Amino acid sequence: MPLVFAAALNHAPGITGRRDNATPAQRDVFFGACARLRERLEAARAEALVVVSPEHWTNFFLSAMPAFCVGRGESHWGPVEDEPFLKIPRTRVPGAPALADAIAEVAAEHLDLAYSEELRLDHGVMVPLHLLVPAMGLPVVPIIINCLAQPLPHMARCWTLGEALRRACDARAERIGLVCAGGLSHWPATPRSGKLNVPWDRDVVDAVLAHDRARLLAYRDDDIVREAGPGGHEIRAWAVLAGATEGLGGELLCFEPIPAYAVTGAVLDMRVAA
Amino acid sequence: MSLYHVQKLLFGLNNDAALRDRWATDRAALLADAALEASERAALESGDVAALYAMGVHPLLLAPFAGRCGLAWPDYLATLAAVEQTSGIPDPR
Ligand SMILES: [Fe+2]
Repeated sequence: MPLVFAAALNHAPGITGRRDNATPAQRDVFFGACARLRERLEAARAEALVVVSPEHWTNFFLSAMPAFCVGRGESHWGPVEDEPFLKIPRTRVPGAPALADAIAEVAAEHLDLAYSEELRLDHGVMVPLHLLVPAMGLPVVPIIINCLAQPLPHMARCWTLGEALRRACDARAERIGLVCAGGLSHWPATPRSGKLNVPWDRDVVDAVLAHDRARLLAYRDDDIVREAGPGGHEIRAWAVLAGATEGLGGELLCFEPIPAYAVTGAVLDMRVAA
Repeated sequence: MSLYHVQKLLFGLNNDAALRDRWATDRAALLADAALEASERAALESGDVAALYAMGVHPLLLAPFAGRCGLAWPDYLATLAAVEQTSGIPDPR
C-alpha cells in the first residue's frame, strides 16, 4: 500500500505542557483541528507512522551531528522531558525497523541517511503523537533533522527526503502515514520566546500547500534567523511534507497564532488518496 | 575559549543521568577533567547563567541547566535579557 496519510503540525512543548494558557477560543480552534486530523488518520487505517521532527540537543551534539537520522530501533523511549513540564507520560513507543531500513535504502540513491537503533524521543515527536495517537500503539519510524547547529541541511535536501519517503512508502505492503512536525517562526528559550512572525508563517504554509519547490528553496538561513528566529529553521520538516506530497491537494485545518504556546498553531492535511 | 567543551558538558548533564550523578557528588573533579578555561569552569561551577549566555551557549542547552540551578523561568528570561542589554544578542548558532 502507498502512503495513506500525510500531514504537518507543530510540536511546541507548550501545546501539552501549558495547554490552559491559551484562550478558550484558541484551544477550540487548534485542538479541534488536531482532533479532525486524528479522525482522518484513524480513517486512513495506517499501520505505521513516519514522524519527521527536528533535533533539539536530545540525541546529537556537535561531536557528530547528522543532517538526517532514521530511527531503526525496535522501540523508542520518550519523552525525555520531565512529566510535569510536558505532561506526557513516559513510555516506549513501538518502532518499525524494517520500514526504517526500507526508507534508508530507497533514499540512498540521492541521500545518505544516518541511522540509529536508540533514538530517544523528545517533545518534537511526542507532542504530535500525543495529539494523533494518544495510546502510542502505532509503530513509529522517527526521522530527526538537524535544524539546530550550522551548517544545516539545505532545503533542497529536505524536499528530496520527502520525495524519497513517498517512493519508499509507496513500495511497501503496509499502510503508512507521514507526520511532519516542525515549528514555524519562534525564538525558543530566549527573551523573545512567545514572539511570532505570523505573515512569515503564512508564507511558509502557503508555499507548502502549493508544493512550490522554488519558493521553499529560496529560504536562506540568514533570512530565516532574522525574520523567524533560530526556531524558524524547523520549516525544514514542512519542506519534507511538500516534497513527499507533490500532486496532492492539501487542506489547512488550522492557522491560529497562539503566543502562549510560542507558535502559530498550524495543522495541514495533505489528503492522500488511497 | 572552549565553548565546545562547555556546551558538551551541558549536553551531557541534560541527557545523561550518570553524568548528573557525578555532577552532584564529584563536581570539582568533573570540571577539572573537562578541557575548560578557568572562567568557563567558574561559570559552570557557580551556575552563572548570564556568563554562559554571554559566551555563546545555545539557549536550548542553557535553559535546562538554568532550571537545574534553581532559576525559575521568568528569572531565566530576565537574566538573558540583562545580558542582551549590555552586550547585545549573542550570535545564534
Ligand atoms: Fe522544535
